[in-house]
Amino acid sequence: MTTIATKPPVSEREFPQAVSALDLGKKNGPPLAALLAAGIGAAALGLFTTLAQAHSGFKALMDLDKNFGLNKGVGPLSGKTIYAVAIWIVVWAIAAYVMRGKNYRVQPFLVATFVLIGIGLVGTFPIFFENFPVLQK
Amino acid sequence: MELSQREAWTVIHGMVLGALFLLSFAGGLAGLYSLRPELITTTGIQERLPRLRIGTWLMAIIAWLTVLTGTWIVYPWYRASAPTSPRSLLLANPAKAEWHTFGMEWKEHVAWFAPIIATAVAFVVIYYGAQLAREHGLRRASLALFVIAFAAAGVAGIFGAFINKMAPIT
Repeated sequence: MTTIATKPPVSEREFPQAVSALDLGKKNGPPLAALLAAGIGAAALGLFTTLAQAHSGFKALMDLDKNFGLNKGVGPLSGKTIYAVAIWIVVWAIAAYVMRGKNYRVQPFLVATFVLIGIGLVGTFPIFFENFPVLQK
Repeated sequence: MELSQREAWTVIHGMVLGALFLLSFAGGLAGLYSLRPELITTTGIQERLPRLRIGTWLMAIIAWLTVLTGTWIVYPWYRASAPTSPRSLLLANPAKAEWHTFGMEWKEHVAWFAPIIATAVAFVVIYYGAQLAREHGLRRASLALFVIAFAAAGVAGIFGAFINKMAPIT
């Protein structure tokens, strides 16, 4: 019987040396800015969804489709998504500028990103936003 | 064997883009997952990078196309005020109303997480390239976010398929 021993091509210890040639020394500011901005965009979408359900004036404000005279029939979803995407892009641009060429501790940014995405997911979950207290009918 | 214009758009939105989304997700996921020290050599990293770049960017682009066609083309037909629109038909039937009040209400919002998150992950992949193999925390976070983006699109896709079964756009 033949025994075949499998061995990883590179061990955990050898890995840093093995890939050192690939280390371009890029700073982690720009990718962290991208992830944080995505979290903020996601949270904004959750916030807009819940507020539109709770406040009729805010819901009317979100109806960009109607307010801009497009009249495609998209309704308030047009504003919730366009504003959330706009916030995401603006925050990304600002954060990328501020954080360019710098290194940061990764963990706080990742925690913030996941928490913000969690807020967004809760805010867009129907059982949450339909039971949110009505602020204005 | 004919499709109306509306049926054709629902097919493009749900099936064509949906199938491409699945394929690109599989490519991106495999690439991100296997960018690990115990699995690859430096040559392996370089071999995987183009597939990873293509997979992540394709997923982001397809996610954008899916939500844009869904929100601005298909959704208005669904929510038209006419009594024969899918939304009106679902709400008129208490046994089916929840497909709108829960299913559609969730789908139309949660779907938008997919392109935003997928774009951020695609940026991380493009920015770091091979160096991502060394950035353990960011690689793992990107992998988790990639899966969240896929799950968001999955929820939207599954509800879309069921809702179109309950009250088709014709």
